Formats: sequence, C-alpha cells, structure tokens
Amino acid sequence: MSADAQEPRTAGPLTTSIRASGSANGRAGARRPTPRLLVTALVLTLVAIGATFLLDPYRNYQFALIAATFCATAGLTLLIGLTGQLSLGHAALMAAGGYGYALASNALTDAGVDGVPRFVVSLAAAVAASALLGLLLGLAAARLKGPYLSGVTLVLVIALPAFTSVFSGVFRGDQGVQIAYDGVPEALRTLIAVEQWQAWVAILVAAAVVTWLAVLRNGPAGLGMRAVRDDETSARLQGVRAGRVKVLAFTASSIAAGAGGAVLCFVTQSVSPGAYTLAFSLLLVVAVVIGGLGSLLGAFLGSIVIVMLPWVIQTATGALDLSADAAQRLTGNLPVLVFGVLLIVVTAAWPGGIRGVLPKRMPRRGASATPSAVVPAPDNVPELDSAPAPAPEPRTSSAAEPIPTTTER
Amino acid sequence: MDRLLFLLATGLARGAIFALFALALVLIWRAARVVNFAQGAMAVVATYVAFAVTGLTGSYWIGLASALVAGGLMGLIVERGVMRFATHASPLSGVIIAIGVVMVLQSLLGIAFGPNARPMEAPFPETPIVLGGVPVLSPYDLFVLVVAIGLMGVLALLFTRTSLGLQLRASAFAPEVSRLLGVRVARMVTAGWVLASAVGALAALLLVPTELGLNPHSADLLFVSAFTVAVVGGLDSPPGALIGGLVVGVLISLVTGYLGATVAPIAVLGLLVAVLLVRPGGLFAATEARTA
Repeated sequence: MSADAQEPRTAGPLTTSIRASGSANGRAGARRPTPRLLVTALVLTLVAIGATFLLDPYRNYQFALIAATFCATAGLTLLIGLTGQLSLGHAALMAAGGYGYALASNALTDAGVDGVPRFVVSLAAAVAASALLGLLLGLAAARLKGPYLSGVTLVLVIALPAFTSVFSGVFRGDQGVQIAYDGVPEALRTLIAVEQWQAWVAILVAAAVVTWLAVLRNGPAGLGMRAVRDDETSARLQGVRAGRVKVLAFTASSIAAGAGGAVLCFVTQSVSPGAYTLAFSLLLVVAVVIGGLGSLLGAFLGSIVIVMLPWVIQTATGALDLSADAAQRLTGNLPVLVFGVLLIVVTAAWPGGIRGVLPKRMPRRGASATPSAVVPAPDNVPELDSAPAPAPEPRTSSAAEPIPTTTER
Repeated sequence: MDRLLFLLATGLARGAIFALFALALVLIWRAARVVNFAQGAMAVVATYVAFAVTGLTGSYWIGLASALVAGGLMGLIVERGVMRFATHASPLSGVIIAIGVVMVLQSLLGIAFGPNARPMEAPFPETPIVLGGVPVLSPYDLFVLVVAIGLMGVLALLFTRTSLGLQLRASAFAPEVSRLLGVRVARMVTAGWVLASAVGALAALLLVPTELGLNPHSADLLFVSAFTVAVVGGLDSPPGALIGGLVVGVLISLVTGYLGATVAPIAVLGLLVAVLLVRPGGLFAATEARTA
C-alpha cells in the first residue's frame, strides 16, 4: 500500500515527537510554517476568484455550491482522517449553521441592518449555532467510538425534520426559513453579476474556514488528534488529553460545516430540512472518501464530484429519449447508485481516494509527509475491544498492543 | 386509561419487531464486529421479493418463506461479495462500505419500482380486539408477537443447544483458538450474516403492513430504532436486544400516542444519547465487552 510508506504508522515515533515538542517550545509539531501556508491560501483564493470571471452565471452558481460544500467536507475529512470519528450527520450540522444564519439574518433585516454587516453578523450566528451543537455532540463523541458515534449522528440527521416541525414556530416546519435577497454591493454592481458575487462570498468563506482548518491540522492540535487516533492509550500516557482533543476536533469540524450551511443559505436564500436529508449527509461522506480521507485537496475534489455528477447525469438522461417516469426515476437514483458503487470500490480497493493517486508534494523534511492519503486508520487504530482481531499486520504489533482496561470507562 | 393500555399493547408488538431487527444487528456484530448499517436496505429488498411472490402466488405464507430465503441470500451476497473486503481494515471501513451498500440497494430499488409506497396486506385483521370494553391488540399484532417470540426461542436453542451454535459462538469470541480447533471461522462469519439477514428481513416484513406501505426507504426508521435498541441493550447481548426492543417499542408507542408521530424520532434520539452518556457500552453489556 502506498499510504504506508508516507507516514509512520506506529504510535511510537508520533508520541515521542509530542514529548519532544512539549519540552521544546510546543510548536515543534508544526509541519509546515504557517506564513507559507497563508501565502498558498491567498494565492489559491485569488486564483479561484479570478476563475469566476471565466465562468458563466450558472457555472458560478455551481462554483458557489461547491465552495459551500467544500467547507463541510473539509471539516469532515479532518474529523475522519485525523481522529477516526465517522460522523454521518454533518448535514444536520450544516443545517444548524443554515438556520442560525437565516434566523439572525431575518432578525437583522427587521432591525434595519443590511448589506455586509448583516452577512458578517449572521455568519457569526451560524458559526455559534453549529459550534454549540458540535460541542454537545463532541462531548458525547469523546466517550463513543466507531459505530456508536456514527449511529448517534445518523439518528440526529433523521430526527432533523422532526425538530423543525415540533418547533415550527421558529423553524417553520418543512417549508423552512426564507431570507431577504442579498444583492451585489453598490461599488461592484457595474462589474459583476449576482451569481459571481455569490461565488466570491462562498470562496472567501471557504478560504477562511479551510485555512483555519489547515493551520489547526498542522499545529500541535492536529498532532494530538493523530496521536489519539493512532493509539489512544499511548497518547494519554504521553500527556495528551484524549477527551479534550476529540471534543475540539468535533467542534472545529462542525464549525466548518456550519459555515458551509450559512453560505448555502446565503446562496439559495432559504434553509429547509428537505435540503439536509440523510442522503445529503451520506454524500458528504462520499465526497471525503473518494477524495481521500484527511486530505483537504481531496475534500475539494470530492465536493466537485458530488455537486457536478448529479447535474451531469441529469443532463445525460435528459438527452436520452426516455418517458417522463423513467427519466425521473433515473435522475433521482442513478447518481446515488454511482456514488454507492464509488464508495464501496474506493474503500475496498483504493483507500487513498483521488488524492492517493495524484503526485505528492515534495517532502519538506524527513518525516513530514502529507497526511493526505492516510486511510481512516486501517491497522493503526488498534481494536481495543474486539475479540482477538484477525492477525494484525506485524508492523503495528508492538505499539498497537492494546491495553483494554485503560481506555474502558 | 383505555388508551394507555392500548398504546402499551401496541408498543409491545412494535417492540417485538424492533427486538428482532436489533437481534439481527447483534448477531452480525458478534460474528464480524461490524454494525451492519445496510441491514435496513437489505431487509427492504427481501420484503420486495416477498411482495412480488405474494402477488404472484396469492399466498402470504409463500411470500414470507421467500422473504426469509431472499434475506439469507442477501446476507450471503453482501458478506461474500462486499463486506469481506472491509474486515481487516479499520472499524470505519466496514461502516463506510455498508453505507455504500445502502446507497446501491436503495437506488436500484428506486429505479426498479419508483418512489411510491405500495400498500401491503396483512394476513390477519388489523382492527383491535375488544376485551372487556377495552380495545387491546389486533390479531395481526398478536401474530407478530407470537412469531417474534417464537423465532427468538428458536435462535436461543440454536445458539445454546446445537453444534452449529457452539461453533458460531466460539468463532465470535475467539476466532484464532477456534480456527486451531478446526472451526471454519470464515464460514461461521458467513453463517452469522445469512442468519442475521434472514431475521432482519422477517422483521421488516412484519413491520411494513402496519406502516403506510412499501417503498425503498421503508426500513430507514426501523433501522434507526433498532440501532437504538441494540445500543440500549448493548451490542453484545441478545437478551439486551429483547428488553431494549420492548422498551423502545413502548416508548415510541406512548410518545406517538400522546405527543404525535413527529416527536418519535426526537424521543429515540434523546433515549440514545442518554443511554450512551450514562453507559457507553449499553445497559446490559458486561463492562469488558465494551468494544467499539
């Protein structure tokens, strides 16, 4: 497996470096200097904004959707890739952000605020709402593992329509909350169309969110997350506060999802439970899996796939000569079928995802390979509980020898 | 008071179905250490088979038998064809592949049959019998209870009294040792999947006539409830699944009856979170059995 070569899989070296960094200055874990990362982010953002001039309005609209989705998938890929927590409910966290944005935006509109201040305050409200929900879930997640956490988040996203109908005074039930239209600011009105403006906003928010996530990943917090993922017991012995690290990861991930939900609400001027179904939640998982778990670039490519492929299929079936009923069945289900097959094939045969087959960045320093193509953690999450796991690969054996009792509780 | 009695009785019948479905999850968990997130979709496929067979032959019972067979086949195909690739990878890859299976099965059903719900006839009347002026259980609910409890008894006998059951238990608890002793562990894992899928298919088949009808998403809520049941009971414990099923069934029935059907998923979520926060391994799991 190519992934194995890139990152030391055993817990030993990783945790050793934590100890070293603790005694040095606490920043030795950073793998890539932050200024350099910021410059990269700035350049990429400018390129993306420049690209909007080359696209027609509908493409810009799709670009905005991709950027909004990218916020959520970036958070999700770090959550799964760095900490091994699989959330099936990120759509619900996006919805929390969307509702936070919509409700704050409507309150501000009533108060006579509009334009950029309204957007910024509403975005802050969205982030606060999703951070709160993420914190609550994260507190539960810190005590749960594997399938338990997946199940809780799955139930959350299924219960979302129930929440919006039970509290329909606030959330307006199935029809959702509509917000006022945000036009292009005065100064730019002669220059760009509204779709392009929406794409700009989406790109800027996505850039801010993803840069923040990248800084987090490359810093000591990210190191702690990987240590907990690789071997929680060993990480605790090194002084990493496993519970706190997991809560932080989940909260950060849900803030990113909430920002994505806010942008989607800004672009579509509405938020409703119908937009954040279980199917959409699973699509987010598809995006990060086929992109390559843990990779931000992979999350971006995955977002493009999940936004564009349904549209491509719809266009293709529209071109075929089908009866209305058959066409409807195909457009609704064919993308899901393709995504399901992709999910199975990629996980089973090609665990690095798209990112795994792209050329790698030149390694900067000895052990600082990108975490991109890292599989969720095949052999490095020791199965603490399970009945004697079928023969662990020899290379993880010494470090991964589980000491079940310490992590019980 | 009458209403409470009626809701309790209906809740027990519904809970028996949840318990059966949760038992299927527990069987696979014990055999393969995977929570089968695809259980619902697999059961719906088998229910479609039963629906078609009943439509062709006119007999509910042949349909029921075909659902069991189709469920078992689904288990065989999914385990041998797909899940096998996940076993040595992380606990996550099993969940992710199962989700892929859900997407594939549901979209195939959607393409083949469309999104509309098809009404499914129950073999017995669904109007409650009135006992002493109080409406209690319908004959169909009674049938469901008898089938569910009977099947659980059969499974208990299978696991504790037969050689196959001993091999199944042995390979779940100590695969390496069992292999050394001549148990064909891989075959036992497959047997666990086949058994569990057949049980899950039966649970879905029993549930669908009490709902609006059969569509590709019929078992979504069943899966969610049964997952809650399995967690409440502890994923490792079949008796836990039974008790958890009855608890969740009664809870959902009471919440639906007094607060409305929309609140039911919130009640399930609340129960799930409460149990997981208090005892992350489930109420009935032995402490050292806490695994994933």
